[in-house]
Amino acid sequence: MSPKQHSRARLVLEDGSVFHGFSFGFPASTSGEVVFTTGMVGYPQSLTDPSYRGQILVFTYPLIGNYGIGDSSRDEHKLLRNFESDHIQAKALVVSEFSPDHNHWNSKLSLDEWLNEQKVPGIFGIDTRALTRKIRQRGVMLGKIIIDGDPGFYDPNKENLVKLVSRKKPLRLGNGKHKAIVLDCGIKYNILRQLLKRDLTLKIVPWDYDFTKEDYDGLFISNGPGDPVTCGQAIEHIRTAIEARKPIFGICLGNQLLALAAGAKTYKLKYGHRSQNQPCISGEKGYITSQNHGFAVDKKTLPRGWKELFFNANDGTNEGIIHGEFPFFSAQFHPEGSCGPRDTDYLFDEFVKLMENGRK
Amino acid sequence: MKKSNKLKKVLLLGSGGLSIGQAGEFDYSGSQAIKALKEEGIRVILINPNIATIQTSKNFADEVYFLPVTASFVEKIIAKEKPDGILLSFGGQTALNCGIELHKSGTLAKHRVRVLGTPIETIIATEDRALFVEKLSEIGVKAPRSTAVSSVSDGLNAARKIGFPVIVRVAYALGGLGSGFCKNEKELESHLKLALTYSEQALVEESLKGWKEVEYEVMRDSKDNCMTVCNMENLDPLGIHTGESIVVAPSQTLTDSEYHKLRELSIKVIRHLGVIGECNIQFALDPYSEDYRVIEVNARLSRSSALASKATGYPLAFIAAKLVIGKSLTEIPNPVTGVTKAFYEPAMDYVVVKFPRWDSEKFWNVEREIGSSMKSVGEAMAIGRKFEEALQKAVRMINPRVSLTEHPFAFTDLKKELERPTDKRIFALLSALEQGYSVDEVFKLTMIDKWFLYKIQNIIKMRVELKKQLHGPISPELLRSAKELGFSDRQIAKCVMGKDDFKSEMRIRGIRKKHSITPVTKQIDTLAAEYPCRTNYLYLTYNGTEDDIRPKKKGIIVLGGGAYSIGSSVEFDWCCVECVKTLRKEKIPSVVINYNPETVSTDYDESDRLYFDELSLERVLDIYDKEKPSGLVLSFGGQIPNNLALPLSKCGVKILGTKPKSIDIVEDRHKFSKILDELGLDQPEWKELTSLKDAKEFCFRVGYPIIIRPSYVLSGSAMSVVYSEEDLEEFLKKATTLSKEHPVVLTKFITEAKEIDMDLVAVNGEIRAYAISEHVENAGVHSGDATLVTPAQKLYIETVRQIKWISRKVMRHLKITGPVNFQFLAKENKIKIIECNLRASRSFPFVSKVYGINFIELATKAILGKKVERADTRAFDLDYVGVKAPQFSFTRLRGADPLLGVEMASTGEVACLGEKVEEAFLKALLSTGFRIPKKNILLSTGGIKEKTRLLDYVKKLREKGYSLFATPGTADFYRKHGIEMTVLHWPLENKEPNVKDFLAQREIDLVINIPKSNEKGELSNDYYIRRAAVDFSIPLITNAQCAALFVEAICLYGENDLEVKGWSEYLDSEE
Repeated sequence: MSPKQHSRARLVLEDGSVFHGFSFGFPASTSGEVVFTTGMVGYPQSLTDPSYRGQILVFTYPLIGNYGIGDSSRDEHKLLRNFESDHIQAKALVVSEFSPDHNHWNSKLSLDEWLNEQKVPGIFGIDTRALTRKIRQRGVMLGKIIIDGDPGFYDPNKENLVKLVSRKKPLRLGNGKHKAIVLDCGIKYNILRQLLKRDLTLKIVPWDYDFTKEDYDGLFISNGPGDPVTCGQAIEHIRTAIEARKPIFGICLGNQLLALAAGAKTYKLKYGHRSQNQPCISGEKGYITSQNHGFAVDKKTLPRGWKELFFNANDGTNEGIIHGEFPFFSAQFHPEGSCGPRDTDYLFDEFVKLMENGRK
Repeated sequence: MKKSNKLKKVLLLGSGGLSIGQAGEFDYSGSQAIKALKEEGIRVILINPNIATIQTSKNFADEVYFLPVTASFVEKIIAKEKPDGILLSFGGQTALNCGIELHKSGTLAKHRVRVLGTPIETIIATEDRALFVEKLSEIGVKAPRSTAVSSVSDGLNAARKIGFPVIVRVAYALGGLGSGFCKNEKELESHLKLALTYSEQALVEESLKGWKEVEYEVMRDSKDNCMTVCNMENLDPLGIHTGESIVVAPSQTLTDSEYHKLRELSIKVIRHLGVIGECNIQFALDPYSEDYRVIEVNARLSRSSALASKATGYPLAFIAAKLVIGKSLTEIPNPVTGVTKAFYEPAMDYVVVKFPRWDSEKFWNVEREIGSSMKSVGEAMAIGRKFEEALQKAVRMINPRVSLTEHPFAFTDLKKELERPTDKRIFALLSALEQGYSVDEVFKLTMIDKWFLYKIQNIIKMRVELKKQLHGPISPELLRSAKELGFSDRQIAKCVMGKDDFKSEMRIRGIRKKHSITPVTKQIDTLAAEYPCRTNYLYLTYNGTEDDIRPKKKGIIVLGGGAYSIGSSVEFDWCCVECVKTLRKEKIPSVVINYNPETVSTDYDESDRLYFDELSLERVLDIYDKEKPSGLVLSFGGQIPNNLALPLSKCGVKILGTKPKSIDIVEDRHKFSKILDELGLDQPEWKELTSLKDAKEFCFRVGYPIIIRPSYVLSGSAMSVVYSEEDLEEFLKKATTLSKEHPVVLTKFITEAKEIDMDLVAVNGEIRAYAISEHVENAGVHSGDATLVTPAQKLYIETVRQIKWISRKVMRHLKITGPVNFQFLAKENKIKIIECNLRASRSFPFVSKVYGINFIELATKAILGKKVERADTRAFDLDYVGVKAPQFSFTRLRGADPLLGVEMASTGEVACLGEKVEEAFLKALLSTGFRIPKKNILLSTGGIKEKTRLLDYVKKLREKGYSLFATPGTADFYRKHGIEMTVLHWPLENKEPNVKDFLAQREIDLVINIPKSNEKGELSNDYYIRRAAVDFSIPLITNAQCAALFVEAICLYGENDLEVKGWSEYLDSEE
């Protein structure tokens, strides 16, 4: 990777700081919210995670692209095997170094080629640690990557991002024992894979779809990008679902939506949790979790009957809630991993168990 | 924990003398454990005969026993100390094996000592392959297909079923000893024979050669919380021991799916086994699918865990000790951040490369191929933000004179070199890619993941770019790119100026600084900057634009010792740590530079700032520029920092203590000689010569034998002794090229002389404290391999007086301030100086601990200009004796002749205390793995002089009731003197009864083989006997003085007569 072949590029933050680097991937300027992830593996999964919609993603791990990009084969449910959605969701990518030379038995493209194909710009040669420290100290900031002209700043949080990433029409997947409604707010494929592995029939519905009158055994609320309060309709539907007392399981944004529906409040974290090493505690037990969120549930606002299920061992923030009486629970982290650890995938089993109990 | 179970006192087993496969990493883990336990108010009793370690320092453990870590000694200590619990997982395989033995014999139950942490059943399950595989299959986890065999024929049958190639493994082995690949029946047969001599059981396994080797470090607490601290990928695929491989952390070529699949398996296996504390799990991963095998689990701290700890900054051993006493991961605060808990998995934002250090040059006849058993003696760890940067750093760390692009190694058969790697592996890879081998071709021959090869190719490409600029101006952009890829100023100078001398290096440095191309300081904070941290664990990189920290308070820089190698080991780490501790006491901020992951000096809590980086002129200057310290200390880290004295001072660095000019005088043979002549002090005759004719003339004049030190080594060891003109000619032809550029130094070798070591601390040329130690062996055995006795017991008062007088003269003349080591020869009351080092020496921890006087503290105070009182001379008159004995690793160095000579061969040392020399000596020998012979002793006692010298001792052995066996000449001699013995024929003769068979069947309990001369020759009978003794684990003595002392010792003491006395008990007896 000789910088000679790459044109200069720069990353400008809203506080005026400038980071100089070189362009790779698609050579066009872009802007968004700058966030960092400390995960050391899984760039294909991270970049296609719909929760990163509207964001410029910084990898703190300096060597990205080593094992290339896997093929675009699909499984029996027509889900891409090697990705978390059908295309890159992040607006751009910031790295210290990318590998043009990649090697893996499953690799089809280099990161550079993939970004080009998907028209997503990247910038390398950045001191990503210095950038991360800045974000940590000042909080998340807007930023723009300037390659071919100034695009101006863009604040994704002013948009209803969920609307952008959610499916437009319902879809039925699997043919199993229990029927679950899956509220798609930008769902990661590996959540679907985890659910489908457990003998379920899924009806995946758009974020604002009214499922409350349908027949189902359980409701799953997916992850997704942005501020949960922009998802008014979804919150309304979940509130109705709570009245139905059928099992509810939420992940990430799903945790926040469930909390909002229950009557709690959410707030924006200074710089969010985006990593694969977040320790969460439940009772005496600790779990290492994968996370990607900028907002959190304010545990002090949880209404009566609700309890905290998990909290973050690093900063004490809420990582999941549970109802004391009824079968509702959610996790702020990603029990499905991909990328990241899978210590907590037993939560999917819990959801299935609750549906089973509901049937009895 | 219930009240009644509250721990008050625990026993910690150390790992003994440093050997291949078990080195300084256990000083790190044991030291951290002691700190962690003492914080909980638990009394810690430590057993470790390794006197050079930090863990055996004063005011650390509550009591230290410098005694063998063997079941019988540990039992005696248990009976005496009555501890509540015992820790087995911090002292390597030695401690683990000892613990299993104590458990099996019922000793632990008898004395009601609890094994803390991982239950003993779990340890046994991880050590016994059959049990281990069974455990894995219970949870559906795959292990390599294998069969346990106890005979060669069973092994052959098993292999036929599994299919060749197969691998042979031995249970209960240090670092894979006796393991190896076998392509066919013949290879398997010879391998099994050897393997079954180490162990009753061997394993024949499916070969997974070419699979990736990946390890995880796992922690689990008693509440079943479990996590992985770090994963590591071996650059070399399976088949090359992880201790022999370049290792990167975190893994570079694994996808999310692979990384987390193996992580999940790690946790599953560790939970099922029931490990409590820390452990290491190794996987093989198919390079063409996600198929895997679990290779092994080490249910203890290991070399890998030390590496993982230094690589991530996570205080692994410290936390492990807390888990072992019942704390949980979620309650222990993380000492690194101060705000978070111990329960999290570190995220790295840099890459770490570990590189092994081999010392094959030191051994005659040793195999240089690297494979499934470990031969490396040390390692370096490099940190960078590009793989190329870290790799290039690592190579220079291993040998500061060699770099990846500028090295002296040439390969005649590259293809073979790639297929059957040697210790020059990395240079072969580079040469191949440079000479036009494609990445695909190299991959096919080595199975090294292409990603690594591409990266190495980037380095080659950059070198080509740089060379295009020869004698022209170099652009700042190119210079920056080269620095980002880890090129040193010297490497760049060589490319663009054709020279890499001091002047050229400084020119590149000047250009760099003019263009503001300088490295930045980054912190290792375990969390990739996600949370604020307090750590001052630092490294420098060119792949960044901003310093993480700017030092506020002026400190003092202390240079560490670098990678462990033969001759430079944990002793120097002890010296550095003691120096830093003294600085702390004096309230001076300390800044350590070192890069050895096996050390305590690189622990997060030892110094105020730690730069885990190179000990090169360039890097030390970079750090000096950033730190602007009040001074720099380089006299405690051994020869690597010592060599930097002159160049650093030329660059204006303020070096504390002895002046660099004095160091230069002493290091330069010519200058030092001149001074000794001026002072009227004697030294063995020597000359530097450039032609064979002159060499012959010199030798003829002073007489043989002669010690030769070539300045350029072609093959074989660097230093040798020649006994005749033919020897001389042959050596000069084979081993070196003789020319104006490459002179040799010839020194008269004085035989039958006593060798004496003197360690001292001087202030302004006045000696404040000194210790005199005598060698048991006569001169000719390298001081690092010699057995040292302090206080000296058999020196004339006259000799001691002369030594004091000589050393005082030299010190005063050079006005030395700091630590000094002298070596003298004494023959017929005439004293000659053979060496003077103006730095701390290998024996500083030994004498400091024997006398209870911290020489390093005194030396540090001296250097700082603080008042140092003259030590009370009565303090050096002890009621007990300390004996330091070498620890060898010949068993691992296949083929090496276990003979002692002028080149150092030991990898470690132990030292014990006793009422008499004999007692301390015997304890020390037992500590190195020696056993007191039960019945049969084989003698082969060299020339007539040696035979006569040993006559009385051989008599004593017979009187003591030993059955003596001897080679024909030896038997003749002693029979003539009326000593009964059985003749055994030489191994290379086809006559019965033969030495060969007696050794192979382990009929012999001790071999005393005194070579006729110290000549290292072809594969002789003597060599065969020595090598067989090593291969069949039979105690071996090759030196007449040692043999004599050993006989005296076993005549005076049985094992049960050796006193079990703590260090403080010896020291108190003096007060």
